[in-house]
Amino acid sequence: MSVNKDFFQTRDFNYDFQSVGRPPTAWREASQLPETLVPTHCAFCGVQCGMYLRVADGQVVGVEPRDFPHNRGSLCPKGVVAYQQVNHPDRLTYPLIRRGGKQGRLERTTWDEALDYVVERWKAIQAQFGKDAVAVYSGSSMTNEKCYLMGKFARVGLGTRHVDYNGRLCMSSAAAAYAKAFGLDRAPLPMTDIPLTSCLLIVGSNVAECFPVVMQWLWQARDRGASLIVLDPRETATARTADLWLPVRPGTDIAVLNALLRQIIHDGLVDEAYVRERTIGWEAVREAVEPYTPQEAERIAGVPAERIVAAARLYGRAPRSLIMHARGIEHSTHGVDNCLACINLALARGQVGKPGGGTMMITGQGNGQGGREVGQKANQLPGYRHIDVPEERQYIAQVWGIPESELPPEGAAATEMVGLMAMGEIKSCLVVCSNLMVSLPDIATVQRALERLDPLVVIDFFMSETAELADVVLPGSVWCEDEGTTTNLEGRVVKINRAAEPPGEARRDVDIICDLARRLGRGQFFPYRTTREIWEELRVASKGGTADYFGITWEKIDAQGGVFWPCPSEDHPGTPRLFAERFAYPDGKARFHPVVYTPPAEEPSEAYPFRLTTGRVVYHYLSGNQTRRLGFLNSQAPEPWVEIHPRAAARLGIVNDALVRVRTARGSMTLKALVVPTIRPDTLFIPFHYGHEHAVNQLTNPAVDPSVKIPEYKVCAAAIERLDGPPSPAGAPTARFTPETAPQMFPYVAGERRSPSEVEAKQFS
Amino acid sequence: MAIKTIFVDPSRCIGCRACEAACRECDSHKGESMIMVDFIDRSSSVATQPTLCMHCEDPVAPCAQVCPVMAILITPEGVVQQAEPSRCIACRNCVYACPFGVPKMDTAARLMKKCNLCYDRTSQGLQPWCTQACPTQAIWYGDYEEFVTQRRGHPVRHTVFGAQEVRTRVYHVLPEDEPRLDLMALLHEAQAEVGTRGAPESPMAATGSAREEPWVL
Repeated sequence: MSVNKDFFQTRDFNYDFQSVGRPPTAWREASQLPETLVPTHCAFCGVQCGMYLRVADGQVVGVEPRDFPHNRGSLCPKGVVAYQQVNHPDRLTYPLIRRGGKQGRLERTTWDEALDYVVERWKAIQAQFGKDAVAVYSGSSMTNEKCYLMGKFARVGLGTRHVDYNGRLCMSSAAAAYAKAFGLDRAPLPMTDIPLTSCLLIVGSNVAECFPVVMQWLWQARDRGASLIVLDPRETATARTADLWLPVRPGTDIAVLNALLRQIIHDGLVDEAYVRERTIGWEAVREAVEPYTPQEAERIAGVPAERIVAAARLYGRAPRSLIMHARGIEHSTHGVDNCLACINLALARGQVGKPGGGTMMITGQGNGQGGREVGQKANQLPGYRHIDVPEERQYIAQVWGIPESELPPEGAAATEMVGLMAMGEIKSCLVVCSNLMVSLPDIATVQRALERLDPLVVIDFFMSETAELADVVLPGSVWCEDEGTTTNLEGRVVKINRAAEPPGEARRDVDIICDLARRLGRGQFFPYRTTREIWEELRVASKGGTADYFGITWEKIDAQGGVFWPCPSEDHPGTPRLFAERFAYPDGKARFHPVVYTPPAEEPSEAYPFRLTTGRVVYHYLSGNQTRRLGFLNSQAPEPWVEIHPRAAARLGIVNDALVRVRTARGSMTLKALVVPTIRPDTLFIPFHYGHEHAVNQLTNPAVDPSVKIPEYKVCAAAIERLDGPPSPAGAPTARFTPETAPQMFPYVAGERRSPSEVEAKQFS
Repeated sequence: MAIKTIFVDPSRCIGCRACEAACRECDSHKGESMIMVDFIDRSSSVATQPTLCMHCEDPVAPCAQVCPVMAILITPEGVVQQAEPSRCIACRNCVYACPFGVPKMDTAARLMKKCNLCYDRTSQGLQPWCTQACPTQAIWYGDYEEFVTQRRGHPVRHTVFGAQEVRTRVYHVLPEDEPRLDLMALLHEAQAEVGTRGAPESPMAATGSAREEPWVL
């Protein structure tokens, strides 16, 4: 939960920080002018709430509610003030270049100089070190059109294999799990189905703070009598209202999930007919969960055994039950297994494919779903096609008008790219829509890697922590300065409309990319005059793929209030509910996967006695590069804090509001303590939205899931101490792996052979 | 016609302050919120509660009663307006008189400010900004009949402060008298089977506030 007025006492919470010492925003004059309302969607999380932007005289001056099917006019505080980014005084309005080497300063330059410099360097690097020495690190808080363009630019414009995006840090484990279990990666039901359920099991998600607008659907289910079970190390605003809270030790979720399934089996609550007719592999799972008695789960996970049994009965006896899960279980060295454990539960109860039942991943980023479908992922081509399947390569090569042999092979994952930069294999990187210096674990290593790049090129609209290290910064556009589509966490494709022009010399991101391609001599592959032309090409490129967008037109989106993929033809209405009759595997059956509990990569020891976990606050979005600049949001949570239980705090002599030091094997940081009983006594919590000395990712463990390379943000061993306290005992955390077997981040050397399990996961992810 | 009003259900409040952000968007008091969200006691819970003008109906709103210059006007529909700028003398009587602690004194403007139920919007059939934005429907706009058919909880609009009693236009929502789910029975049954240590938990403890895990530092 966030801070309160008692915690940041000196803050005046009703004072508009944004306006201090700065020219007034346009609303004062503009309120006198006639306005138009531009229908669009929020710039932030995966819910993509509908909203109207108030536009007067070409300026975005405010926001109005829009009754869209999934948010019904509601907005969270981020959505209400999102429009303030457009005329924000911090906007980058001209290109910057670092003169005089890495020691020099970023100085104003012209577009021609900046782009020519970048292209000249890239040509020189690729001539000397090969095509793969230049990489593209993209993001998915931007439209499908931009995500598609980034994948095509990397593979056709630059010809590099190394393109990946920040969804790797976000959803890749859930995506792999759904692909493995169902043969298709998408939340199988729309948000509006949530009220149809009779029991909600929320695993590792603080829905209230991360997806506030989803809460109205949860409450509608509650009003209809649904019970709510929450699995979380903290008593969050979501857990506070639950019927049953399972306070799990960070990183031990599988023990509880398997114990729930075991109890359901022993109570005879398995839907045998469903399991027999619609699934494969049940027997192995039945055997795998047998050792997880409630007592054993209590020993591993710290959840009282009787609560596990009670939760299993609440969940198992409900005629319709829904599991919602998010980053809490996905950010783990066994993130795929965590999600599969949830899927096993839902399949055993015969819920997947029924209205209001099954499992639902809650994708985090604005376009987190679309971003991974349109071909900017290391191993994928548009339409969720796989880059190592010859027919799929051939189709995309033909759409793009290049020979199949020119299409590069699979490249490094985002987390691995940083390792390749540090080793000097990647010499230059184009970063779009990402802030690596806040978002990646073990920031000290990331900084060393980025400083080796020459040049590091960043396209952003605010000066992010990553842009500060760049050699060339290109000013781009915020979301409502371009049009396009996004795909929200339900798989609903919605339309973003243009409401303003980029300020100063800033340009639309798609124009920057197309200009770079032209200067690289590849302009014939990027002939787009409008964003719509990119969309029309994307439709064709996705045709026949798993994520088929071919039947989705901008007109249909407007007419239907969003269209759910797959939508293979123009007369197809879209598919809100998946798996009603068959799963996406050729035989139509879902797969069970037995999962066993493996400890997190790092566990507490005498020197590091706590488990440190990280998470969000409702006022900030991802790396905070946008929300930390919006006065109202920043004034609510201007800096991070560490949550600690009163019993732990008392033993260490830590009082509320005091400055404390938190240490891990990677580093230490100083921040305020929030002593509250709403967290497990063996756990610390720090929000992650902040940069520089306030970044919790200075501390987090760079261990990754061996198959999808998602980092383990949600648990590492940590110590906490008073600033004036006695020195803590020296020592190392308990590492659960030998150096050889550790799932380290950046273990990948291009061309290296992978283990069988990794090969399998790559195919499906 | 049924009277539309606001229903405040603190149990659903997640403390996101979307209502504050939305209230600040009003062109008549841009950048300033007339609704407040507070932690009830952060040292024990994440529970939060929104406070907004309750628009007292009976007796006549205490703020309006004590105004020496009759600056606080009440519309025929029963909406208590903020102080009329041409009349307000910034005496603060209303600030002290309000039993809910709602009116705010803007010392620079020498004017009392408070929620007027988004009169510009509600008089046109729209929702107030705060209820429109609220992502959890902790503040909800509609009439009583709609509320009781759609939602759980027990709406009340009588509040007693010692000797003072007010009936307000805005409702507070109390929890249901009988919990729907007998969690105690479920936990007792489970406990009998797994044979755990200690006394049976109270229903409160089921959400984790009473018993802590055995823990070794």
